[in-house]
Amino acid sequence: MSEPNEADVRAEVSAWLKENWDPNLGLVEWREKLIDSGWGAPTWPVEWYGKGYSDMLGRAIDEEFDKIGAVTVARTGIRNLAAATILVHGSELHKKKFLRRILTGEDTWCQLFSEPGSGSDLAGATSRADKKGNKWIVNGQKVWTTSAHHAQYGLLLARTDWDVAKHKGLSYFILDIEQDGVEVVPLKQMNGHASFNQVFFTDAEIEPEFQVGELGEGWAIATTTLMHERRGADGLRRWQEASDRKGRCYEEEAEEIAHQLEPYKWYPQRAGRVDLVIERAKETGKNTDPAVRQEIAKLMIMAKSAEWTARRARAAQEQGQAQGPGGSIGKLTSSNVAKQAAHVHTMITGANAMLTGEDSPMDGTIAEILVSFPATSIAGGTDEIQRNIISERVLKMPKETRMDADMPFRDVPRNVVPDR
Amino acid sequence: MRFSFTEEQEEFRVFLRRFLEDKSPTTEVRRLMETDEGYDDAVWKQLSSELGLPAVHVPEEYGGQGFSVAELAIVVEEMGRALLCAPYFSSAVLATTTILEAATEEQKRTLLPPLAGGETRATLAFTEDNGLWEGSGVEATATASGDGYTIDGAKSFVLDGHTADSIVVLARTPGTSGNDGLSFFIVSGDADGLTRTLLKTTDPTRKQARLEFKSVQAELLGQEGAAAGPLAKVLDIAAICLANEMVGGAEKLRESALEYSLMRVQFGRQIGSFQTMKHKSADMLLEVELAKSAAYYAAAAAAEGDDETPALACLAKAGAAQAYMQTAINTVQIHGGIGFTWDNDTHLWFKRAKSSEVFLGDPAYHRELLMQRWDV
Repeated sequence: MSEPNEADVRAEVSAWLKENWDPNLGLVEWREKLIDSGWGAPTWPVEWYGKGYSDMLGRAIDEEFDKIGAVTVARTGIRNLAAATILVHGSELHKKKFLRRILTGEDTWCQLFSEPGSGSDLAGATSRADKKGNKWIVNGQKVWTTSAHHAQYGLLLARTDWDVAKHKGLSYFILDIEQDGVEVVPLKQMNGHASFNQVFFTDAEIEPEFQVGELGEGWAIATTTLMHERRGADGLRRWQEASDRKGRCYEEEAEEIAHQLEPYKWYPQRAGRVDLVIERAKETGKNTDPAVRQEIAKLMIMAKSAEWTARRARAAQEQGQAQGPGGSIGKLTSSNVAKQAAHVHTMITGANAMLTGEDSPMDGTIAEILVSFPATSIAGGTDEIQRNIISERVLKMPKETRMDADMPFRDVPRNVVPDR
Repeated sequence: MRFSFTEEQEEFRVFLRRFLEDKSPTTEVRRLMETDEGYDDAVWKQLSSELGLPAVHVPEEYGGQGFSVAELAIVVEEMGRALLCAPYFSSAVLATTTILEAATEEQKRTLLPPLAGGETRATLAFTEDNGLWEGSGVEATATASGDGYTIDGAKSFVLDGHTADSIVVLARTPGTSGNDGLSFFIVSGDADGLTRTLLKTTDPTRKQARLEFKSVQAELLGQEGAAAGPLAKVLDIAAICLANEMVGGAEKLRESALEYSLMRVQFGRQIGSFQTMKHKSADMLLEVELAKSAAYYAAAAAAEGDDETPALACLAKAGAAQAYMQTAINTVQIHGGIGFTWDNDTHLWFKRAKSSEVFLGDPAYHRELLMQRWDV
């Protein structure tokens, strides 16, 4: 079936919005209406609140929402990943129970993948799910879980078979966070923020119907989730911005966004705040120091070239060519930029770089860069993992030897995680 | 088109690459670098008359093909990749661009068609023994005499200065300084009073000469005392072209290092299977891709006449020089002992990387210039 014409779709959605959009509706009330119309998630299948349109038409529809200023369905956080995974691998029951409330924003989700003992080696998870009677009983620990403190549900990767190789013994579940067996504890980072959580399971329960896919298929399903996470990390997706316009719907949305994005407020600083460098150099007079000028120039050359490399990759993709190396090297480049930016900010700031908070420049923003940038080289796959990916997938160099590929997981050497 | 090439441009590149692979294998590079002339006349004729390469960015009214700096950049990138030994950068990039920017209409009509057709070759002599890459460093003088001028002084680091049929010379009116009183002149290669000496260069694939002028007859090119503006434009375009040439060479080296690491076996395995090699290769890819993006972006900006071109020229030159030299160092390292031998081809590109790093100003110079052009 060929897609409808973009101009027709734009006209149709614009007409519908003019007819129906009312900023004085309640947020959920408006979203219910939107979901029923199919304009809330037009790239989703027709049977599940959508219209089965391509991403390209989806973007055109977004632009029409922007023009009119209409609030969209809920899009922040892990709920996108949950929806994408459920649409592909979920049962009828999962779709019926979860998808609509994801769109209305009534449910918040988190991703329970990383563990203290398995970071880069995600498939080495040791959190376990054991069938007792009719239920799955979960024990273990997850970490780096954004939003767990206000989530209703978690996407859980847990080991269900210890006698097969590591990738084969994992299964995928939807876990109800709001139960006694689940304890969420904030994890304080070196920059003082606590954007993530540790999640402890002590005989947490899962009803059998909340297993996703087949037993032992957990790794394949997690790959779907991760693929959508990486798509979101390519820099093309915009942060949802709160509107300061008046109306109940806007106000409730602003509240939702503030709540959801609170953990991410230091993210610009971890990227190095290249945007502040030249202005700060001028303010401090360090722009006259030849050594500083050289370092600023190195940073700007790297940052600009990185931006253009990402745009080359995007252009290639839009022309239907392979994305090329540009896509894979983007993340590693961001790490280099963040490191050099922190170095330059330190040179510019001088002795004040020893201070923090209100005693320090820009009310602590500079200090926050200096203690946040290392995260860029770790989060979402370390620099070392990125180099493995680039060398193996782009340059086709030999894959790392795996000591644990064919061994029953029970015999694989693994970390000892101390008790709390 | 700053982030992609048109289909025509891609086809042009593929065609050029085939031609240059055929005409400039390293056996030829090694043969020509041992000669004083440093190029093969038959190949020059072919790339001129059959491919029209010296005419690429020359407007059609002057016998050119009427393309832009974007296409010129593709040509030099491929030449840098193949390490072609030919007076292309001196004649087609430096001299031709100077004539386009500085000459009178009548001079363009006379001088450009033979250059575009490759029948004559010219070069630009602007740097002197002091090695300054800007007009203020010029000490050579031009004194009016009869209906022409006479030039006295010395020029150095002149690409193909010993073989060029004619030489565009930057000189100043006696008693002036800085960017004032600078003019371009055109001098015949065999003029009386001109002594041309081939310099011994580390990079033998691109020849350089020192030129001494003793009351040499010269014709004024364009307006007297007005060379500073055109010179700045020429140097920007030259820096952008050199950046593109450098990324062509850098990519070739990167590929050769990768290929070697997958072929060479030590400790019973390909050395490319060691993580330290894989990570180095990933970093090399990143460095070269970033430099390519900047070189392409700057060439497209120059082709569009963007006001940002001067700053972008510095950015692209500094980035490409850094990437090329680093790639060359890594390529020697990945080859190990054999990479340090004369018989291995790596040093040919390594030396071009070194000469290109310095020619037209090193990265530190261009980084400082970038800061000035951005008003930091």
